[in-house]
Amino acid sequence: MFGLDKKDTSLFFLVVVLVALAPFLLNPFPENSELAQFNAGYPDLMQRFLIFGIFAIGFNILFGLTGYLSFGHAAFLGVGSYAGVWMMKLLTMNVIPAIFMSVVFAGLFSLLVGYISLRRSGIYFSILTLAFAQMSFSLAYSVLTPITAGETGLQLALDDPRIIGVSAVDGSIPAANLFGLPMRESFELAMGGWLFTFNAGYYLCAVVMLAAFYVAIRIFRSPFGMMLRAVKSNQQRMNFTGVNSKPYTLAAFVISGMYAGLAGGLMVAMDPLAGAERMQWTASGEVVLMTILGGAGTLIGPVLGAGFIKYFENIFSKINDNVLYEWFSALPDGLADVLVFVIHPFIGKGWHLTLGIMFMLIVIFLPGGIMEGIERLGRLFSRKKKSETPSRAAPAPAE
Amino acid sequence: MDAILLQILNGLDKGSAYALIALGLTLIFGTLGVVNFAHGALFMIGAFCAVTLSRILTLSFTTIDPERTDFLGNPLKVETPYVESWFGPEIGTAIIDWSVPLAILFSIPIMAMVGLVMERGLIKYFYKRPHADQILVTFGLAIVLQEIIKYFFGANPIPTPAPPAFSGSFDFGALIGFDPNLIIYPYWRIVYFLFAGVIIGAVFAFLQFTTFGMVVRAGMADRQTVGLLGIDIDKRFTVMFAIAAIVAGLAGVMYAPINSPNYHMGMDFLVLSFVVVVVGGMGSLPGAVLAGFLLGILESFASMAQVVALLPGINQIIIYLVAIIILLTRPRGLMGRKGVMEN
Repeated sequence: MFGLDKKDTSLFFLVVVLVALAPFLLNPFPENSELAQFNAGYPDLMQRFLIFGIFAIGFNILFGLTGYLSFGHAAFLGVGSYAGVWMMKLLTMNVIPAIFMSVVFAGLFSLLVGYISLRRSGIYFSILTLAFAQMSFSLAYSVLTPITAGETGLQLALDDPRIIGVSAVDGSIPAANLFGLPMRESFELAMGGWLFTFNAGYYLCAVVMLAAFYVAIRIFRSPFGMMLRAVKSNQQRMNFTGVNSKPYTLAAFVISGMYAGLAGGLMVAMDPLAGAERMQWTASGEVVLMTILGGAGTLIGPVLGAGFIKYFENIFSKINDNVLYEWFSALPDGLADVLVFVIHPFIGKGWHLTLGIMFMLIVIFLPGGIMEGIERLGRLFSRKKKSETPSRAAPAPAE
Repeated sequence: MDAILLQILNGLDKGSAYALIALGLTLIFGTLGVVNFAHGALFMIGAFCAVTLSRILTLSFTTIDPERTDFLGNPLKVETPYVESWFGPEIGTAIIDWSVPLAILFSIPIMAMVGLVMERGLIKYFYKRPHADQILVTFGLAIVLQEIIKYFFGANPIPTPAPPAFSGSFDFGALIGFDPNLIIYPYWRIVYFLFAGVIIGAVFAFLQFTTFGMVVRAGMADRQTVGLLGIDIDKRFTVMFAIAAIVAGLAGVMYAPINSPNYHMGMDFLVLSFVVVVVGGMGSLPGAVLAGFLLGILESFASMAQVVALLPGINQIIIYLVAIIILLTRPRGLMGRKGVMEN
């Protein structure tokens, strides 16, 4: 169906169902129970899952398929965000032009960066992209302040022209909307002790993300995707056989840049502001983490990685010592003290420490990320002797 | 003329830091073939060695002086550092004031340990893995080290003063015949530059004039042959990793008075140091040093008021711009060896 084979179709439908029912699935605990803090079913977080999912899917098209490790992808997300906010300032609060122009501008910028960076490969490519991203970040803070509003971040204002739309509604800035449907609008459904929120913005993200995921599947299965894999496995041999790999890698780079721009545009659609810190190289590092954590080169892995990181970022930052003591209240006091003392550095503000350790463990023991873990578990339990070797290979650099 | 001289001087201290970090990075890359993204973290740990030592030295005990009272009328609590009570007030104060230079001695064993543990415990397992994996695992390690430091020392920069003897500035211009007050330069930056020179010289002398260094150089050129000759080259490369860690650590210790250490200073320097290494030429030690000083000075020239007026924002991006140009026009870097990571 849709030009996908049976396995991909079922994967795609699984994702469709999961995304559509996420407001239910991510809210498994009743509203006033102890465990309600583990719920993830509120719009803001669910939107982030999908937006970073898109970002990671795009990054995976470059890194997972070609093996080129870019350390500057956040720049495209930042450029997309700025373009989106400017569309909202100049044209209309409808999110369609904002998202569209985010993708266009990120695409153009990635074409420029990619054209130059892809002249080199391996570590040099990483450093070139890093240099470009840091340059954009510094410029956004200094010279480009008229466009980016520097440190304060680009925000909407009452006196923006908004040629197609209106500058102000009842003396306040109009809300971001899709043909009149405000992105912030939510429908709340109370069922017993549960409260489910269905948010317009979330479902917009969901539709966009599913489209992006579909395109990614098609790319993975296309002859073009095959070419990109060839770049990863042995670019030199590819060149020797008379194939010029540059157009393929550049196309992959631009596509992944456009995905990043799409993510930036959606961020703006959900919350109309943009800041330079989105372009910093640590932000680029984050998407690398997501992709690796989930499993580079797999279809669904990056989405899982993005969801995993964003969910635990949220949960870990909420837990503090008091919460821990509540959990361990059944244990003897001394033991509880020791446990809290041991766990304390890893929670709350220490979330990055946990993330770093987790990431290292994944890279060391499970280079294929969560997906490889699932695969191994599956093999362990099914005990089937498979003659074929796993098709997924660890990401190798383009030499 | 004096403006140019001033900018060169201003570029020297930052250039020294770049050169030292880049030197360590190149040592690791040239010997072990590992791209170490955690090198900035080593620099930061060095700076925090200085902070730790100055905290240890100022550990105090409290006595109550009944003769004097504080502003509330209670007996005054006097805090006396242990060092002062052991060595007498004069020597004690001197020791505390000189905590940063003393931290050099303090940091060498610590950095050597950190380096050895890192190499034997983690990086050893990544020689055969692709460069992307090496980058990723050391990047993760950098995050972990940074967060550990943040946990113990907090997120705010910690001022760590230089010894009072070096705390002021002096009129460098008047010294060499310019009008007075044109070129004012802090003493500590001169110290830093000289220190960096000594360290760089020591590393080069070690490689050039000792048997150990000769073997290491041979191993850098052709690891397999050296191994076939019956020399345990891995062990020596491990030592070189420790030396690279010490160099980064010392750069950090001495940098503490220039820029108050904070937990992300390593990351800030790391990106630039990688650029420096690439500009200098991957695997070339003189290239790394040269490029470090060159880029430091270039950066300070770019931040001159006249230049910024002409090309706004150039001071922020000059290093990256240079790196991009160099990488595209001269893939080998300034002094890169032929055939080392050229594509």
